[in-house]
Amino acid sequence: MTQVWMQILVMAAVTFAVRAVPLTILRKPITNSFVRSFLYYVPYVTLAVMTFPAILSDAGSPAAGLIAFAVGILLAFRGAGLFATSVCCCAAVLLAQLL
Amino acid sequence: MSEGILRDARKASAAPEGLRQMREGIRDAVPVMAGYFAVSFALGITMKRAGLTPWQGFWMSLLNNASAGEYAGLAMITAGAPLWELALMTLIANARYLLMSCALSQKLSPKVSVGSRLAIGFDVTDELFGLAVARPGKLDPCYYYGAMLLALPGWALGTMTGVVAGQALPQVLVGALGVALYGMFLAVIIPPCRKSRVLGGLVALSFAASFACSVLPLLKTLSGGTRTILLTVILSALAAWKFPVKEENA
Repeated sequence: MTQVWMQILVMAAVTFAVRAVPLTILRKPITNSFVRSFLYYVPYVTLAVMTFPAILSDAGSPAAGLIAFAVGILLAFRGAGLFATSVCCCAAVLLAQLL
Repeated sequence: MSEGILRDARKASAAPEGLRQMREGIRDAVPVMAGYFAVSFALGITMKRAGLTPWQGFWMSLLNNASAGEYAGLAMITAGAPLWELALMTLIANARYLLMSCALSQKLSPKVSVGSRLAIGFDVTDELFGLAVARPGKLDPCYYYGAMLLALPGWALGTMTGVVAGQALPQVLVGALGVALYGMFLAVIIPPCRKSRVLGGLVALSFAASFACSVLPLLKTLSGGTRTILLTVILSALAAWKFPVKEENA
C-alpha cells in the first residue's frame, strides 16, 4: 500500500523535474544537433513500441487487437483527431468481440 | 519586438487583463478537458488492472498529467520494477517535455517569475503546449492557469472514474476501452509520418522491433518496461545519428 504511494511520488517528482527544470533554468534553446534530434525522435519510438504488440494482448483477443491497430493507423493516417481515433479503436474492438 | 514584450508585461501586471487572459484560457481548454476525461478514463482502467485504488489513480494523474508517462510507469509498477527503474522509465517516457519546456521558456517574457515558471511546468502537456504556442506574441501565465483549471480536474477525475467504472464494467467493454490509449498514441505518431519518410520508417521499425523483442528467444524474457527503454534509446539515437533533424522541426 505505502509502496504504491512511494511509486506515485517518484513518478510525480521525475515528471515535474523534466518539465520545470528547462522552463526555469535553461533560458537558451538546445543547440547540440544530436541531442535535439534524439529528443525529437523519442516520443515516436516510445509510443510505437508501447502500442505494438501490447494492443494485441490488451484488447481481449489478438484478432480484435489487430483490427483496432489497423483501424487506428488508417484513421490517424487520414488525419482523424486524438479523440475520434481513440473512440473508433474502442468501437472496432467492441464490434470484433460481439460478432 | 521589445515594444510587444513591454506591452504584454504591462498587460500581465494589470489585474483585469489577467482575468481576461484566464477566461480565454478556460474557454480554449474546454475541448481539452473533454478529451482528457475520455482518455484518462481508459488510463484508469489500466490502473485498475495494475491494482490501484480510485484515490491512488486520482493522485497519480493529478500529480503527473502525462498519458504515456503514467502508462509507462504503470507497466513498471505491474512488472514489480525497482524505484530507480520506475524513475528512469518515467524520465524516458516524458523526455519530449524537455523539448517542449525549452520552447515554452522562449515564449515567456523574461519578467515572468520563477514561481510562475514552476506553476506552468507542473502541467506542460502535449495539448496545453499546443494551446500556448498558438497564442500570438508572448504567453501570459494567466492564460495558461485558466487552461490548467479545466485540464487538471479533467485528467484526474477522468482517471478516478475509470478506476471506479473499470471495476464494474463487463470484460468486453474493458477490452474495448483498454485500446483507447493505443488509439490516441497512434493519432499522435502516425499523422507526422505522412510528411516525413524518416518518421514513417522509424515508426514502422519501432513496431517491428518491439514485436521481434516479444517473440524472439532470450529477448522475450525482457520485461515490457526494459524493452521500451532499450528500444527507445537505441532507435532514437540511431535515427538522430543517421537523420539529424533540421532546426525548424526539432
